[in-house]
Amino acid sequence: MKKVREIGPGWWALVIIVFFLLLLQGLIIAGLVNPYIQTILCYAGVVVISALGLNLIYGYTGQFSLGHAAFYGIGAYTSALITRLLPGWGFFALPLGLVAGALVAGVIAFLIGLPILRLKSDYLGIATLGFGMIMNVLFKNSDKVFKVMGGAAGMRGIARLTTFLWVAVIAVLAVVMLRNLVFSAVGRALVSIREDELAAEAVGIDSTRYKTLGFVIGCMLAGIAGGLYAHLYTYLNPDNFDFLKSIDVLLIVVIGGLGSISGTVIAGVGWALLLEGLRIVLPSAVQEWRMVVYPLVLIVIMLVRSGGIMGRNEFDFLKPADYRRR
Amino acid sequence: MRLKETIIVVCLALGLGIISCGPEHVIKIGVVAPLTGDVKTFGESTVNGIMLAVEEANRAGGIQGKQIKLFISDDKNDPTEATNAGGKLIELDGVVAIIGSVSTKCSLPLADKCQVARIPMITPTSTNPKVTVTDDGRHKEYIFRACFTDSFQGIVAARFAVETLKVKTAAIMFDVGNDYSRGLADYFKRLFEERSGKVVAFESYQKDDVDFSALLTKVKQSKPDLLFLPDYYNKVGLIVKQAYQLGLTCQFLGGDGWDSPAMLEIAGKEVAGSYFVNHYSADDPRPEVRNWVQKYQARYGQKPDAFATLGYDAALLLIAALRNAPNAKPDEIREALSQIENYPCVSGEISFDANGNPIKRAVIIRYNETGQEFVTSFTPEE
Amino acid sequence: MTYFLQQLINGLQLGFVYALIALGYTMVYGIVRLINFAHGDVFMVGAYLGFFAIASWRLPFPVAIVVAMVGCALLGVLIERLAYKPLRRAPRISSLITAIGVSLFLEYFTSLKFVFGPYFRAYPRPFAVRTYELAGITISNIQIIVFGVALVLMVALTLFVNRTKTGLAMRAVSFDHQTAALMGINVNNVISITFGIGAALAGAGGVLYGIAYPQINPFMGIMPGLKAFVAAVLGGIGIIPGAMLGAVIMGVVEKLTEVYISSTLRDAGAFAILIIVLLVRPSGLLGKKQKEKV
Repeated sequence: MKKVREIGPGWWALVIIVFFLLLLQGLIIAGLVNPYIQTILCYAGVVVISALGLNLIYGYTGQFSLGHAAFYGIGAYTSALITRLLPGWGFFALPLGLVAGALVAGVIAFLIGLPILRLKSDYLGIATLGFGMIMNVLFKNSDKVFKVMGGAAGMRGIARLTTFLWVAVIAVLAVVMLRNLVFSAVGRALVSIREDELAAEAVGIDSTRYKTLGFVIGCMLAGIAGGLYAHLYTYLNPDNFDFLKSIDVLLIVVIGGLGSISGTVIAGVGWALLLEGLRIVLPSAVQEWRMVVYPLVLIVIMLVRSGGIMGRNEFDFLKPADYRRR
Repeated sequence: MRLKETIIVVCLALGLGIISCGPEHVIKIGVVAPLTGDVKTFGESTVNGIMLAVEEANRAGGIQGKQIKLFISDDKNDPTEATNAGGKLIELDGVVAIIGSVSTKCSLPLADKCQVARIPMITPTSTNPKVTVTDDGRHKEYIFRACFTDSFQGIVAARFAVETLKVKTAAIMFDVGNDYSRGLADYFKRLFEERSGKVVAFESYQKDDVDFSALLTKVKQSKPDLLFLPDYYNKVGLIVKQAYQLGLTCQFLGGDGWDSPAMLEIAGKEVAGSYFVNHYSADDPRPEVRNWVQKYQARYGQKPDAFATLGYDAALLLIAALRNAPNAKPDEIREALSQIENYPCVSGEISFDANGNPIKRAVIIRYNETGQEFVTSFTPEE
Repeated sequence: MTYFLQQLINGLQLGFVYALIALGYTMVYGIVRLINFAHGDVFMVGAYLGFFAIASWRLPFPVAIVVAMVGCALLGVLIERLAYKPLRRAPRISSLITAIGVSLFLEYFTSLKFVFGPYFRAYPRPFAVRTYELAGITISNIQIIVFGVALVLMVALTLFVNRTKTGLAMRAVSFDHQTAALMGINVNNVISITFGIGAALAGAGGVLYGIAYPQINPFMGIMPGLKAFVAAVLGGIGIIPGAMLGAVIMGVVEKLTEVYISSTLRDAGAFAILIIVLLVRPSGLLGKKQKEKV
């Protein structure tokens, strides 16, 4: 007999969240939301998508990657190039650009991952950091390949195609996809690699294959986030895709809780809204303290809750039935 | 529950956004300038000049009874910050025009943003032609500038090098990530070679570089008569100092980015004897300049440099346009700006050409041990 | 040939300064397995302390270096006690994030106007620059001083670690905390001393950097810190001679790439070498092979 899928808390949560986002979108259409605030909301979504990617790579699979910003940048530049070179595609320009960005990011992640993912923990971090720096240098020289990419001076004049609707839809899809992935057999394989790679190999899990899979998917998410970012701020400068950016994403993932989708979403949204929101709220005399308070908050959070806000936990509504506590 | 807290934060943010309309009895003008960072003297001077002009106008009754309110944003000489500052000024503060930015690399993306948002922008000091003109040569209608462009500055530098300094070979070092530096380097190279000069070294460095020993060694190898350094004072100072350390003692020449009271402090006496192209000289005997220097000195206690002067002039031009814009709406301001003819400013009488650029003269200044001295001037005939 | 030698000297000058920073990274990693991201900013504080010592307090150059070293040593120990010690039992990533937090804090706090200010300052030279010609190569007294001071400090450190009891204690604690404690070593003190010495070296490096490339700003430590860290890994992280070797290689490769290939590809060259070395010798050039225990 076929098992009937019950309408569990997960479906309800999805409905509520979608409803809330549609409400926001409605407010935006009604012109009640200041364009600057819209930009911040979109940016929050972009940050979440990128952080979800790193969460998959580091939080679930345990691969310490410090080069996430490089893939963010690859996605950004690729998608911007596509929309620039093929201007007549109207509505389809952005998704085309995003897909292109994700694919290029994924392919490069695959090529780089093969040799690098062999390295252990700290050394992997350093190697990915090095790769990130090399990508940064390549961005600075991008004008030698495509003059419109601007090289070290940056790429200007990107079409402002990112809207709240796009970001919201993609973010929700990303969360749903990741949630289904991590609670599946593939997800369990990734977690087993994180916990003890040798033991995982011993029970027959091909760690190379799964590590690469996790890395590629995570980097593709970064690429999509980058594409959305490019068409939001319309200006790309290689200085923004350096290891400091990679560290920003790392901070979000750790603060949220390594291996927690809910944690990543909360930390990502909170980070973007707080950091950008403070820029508006604080009077200009106190602006410079914004960046002094931010690291202090980080340090305090680490000292008080070293596992991150959510630790390894998820909200109950994200978990499938068997994982929920009765 | 965590979800609730997130919702509250988002609602707060939205609420702030909705309540952001301000009172309309002032005219809001945005200013974007580097008040901190590597070229902070540029920003400080420019803002000083702008504030002086606005204070004068406000004291005289404002524009049609309304006072001008300045919203000043620090772009830290970073193009991303400049773009974000511009976005905030336009979308959140609701300014009707922007004066800024100072350096070309910040003005370029800021101009794109203002053009798309249809907010008039006048840059006091950015000299690269691309600020007011798109890649296919059309004028960005909302963008204007108060200074000459690098195509002219390159001519002046090349002519001075060939005709007055009588050098045959030149080396050029520039910042590859800075459109101003790179643009001026390209112009100088082309124009110097057109006048039978020979460019023996054309080396680039990056924004964050502090160690120029390797590049300078390479330049020294090529034995140039002249080293052209089209960059800002903080970099030029470092380069000149290190050049001396390596025994490179040729003539140094630069552009308007050299104009700063901090230049002598950074470069030390190694910069004495070098020349640079500038927009104006405090030694200029014209009565407008004499008055201006006195006024500025009384208000700020030091002599105005080119940046302060251009800031003042840009603000004057904008105020003149505002007087001709009955409702202080961005489109009217733009229209009024484009109609300006022979408006008397400190740095000359200004009219905008078809590309929003004024036609102005340039001067050559020499650094000696204690400060600047005026050498000669060039007017645009060619 | 002289041209190449001249460029080599330029590279060595940079490499020696990197070495002073790299030593701090490698010692701290060796003893607590922490990548101390804040180390580059301690280097920056050292440069500023030297700046104030020479420019404001008018102290002679050697005293300025000592002031910077002592100041940074205190700062290093303070950071360790406040931010890292409480997290010694927590997962390593927490200390890493805290280190990042300390780094950001140092950069932005010193940028505040009442501290150092977000400005670029010209470094004073407490002595006149003199250049000497030697077989077609120009050497300045600045380069001689950088080489001299760095060499003295590196030799002193090596002697200290290998010939003194505290040095022996440091080596023991890097090996195994618990066993060292059982042998009667005060592990906490040894860790603090290690941080202090590393920070002092970085402080000296900061002053030398300021003298050689005379412009400082609160964010000046980011890139040299990163490159020094890479240098430490290149040579084998946790191994002192490795840090010196790696740093010299980094400095020379950086300068040679700049002139012989292209200045814009300069950083790519150094990092590409890093990745290649890691793939071939995963523990670095002088590193020991780590056997994985099941």
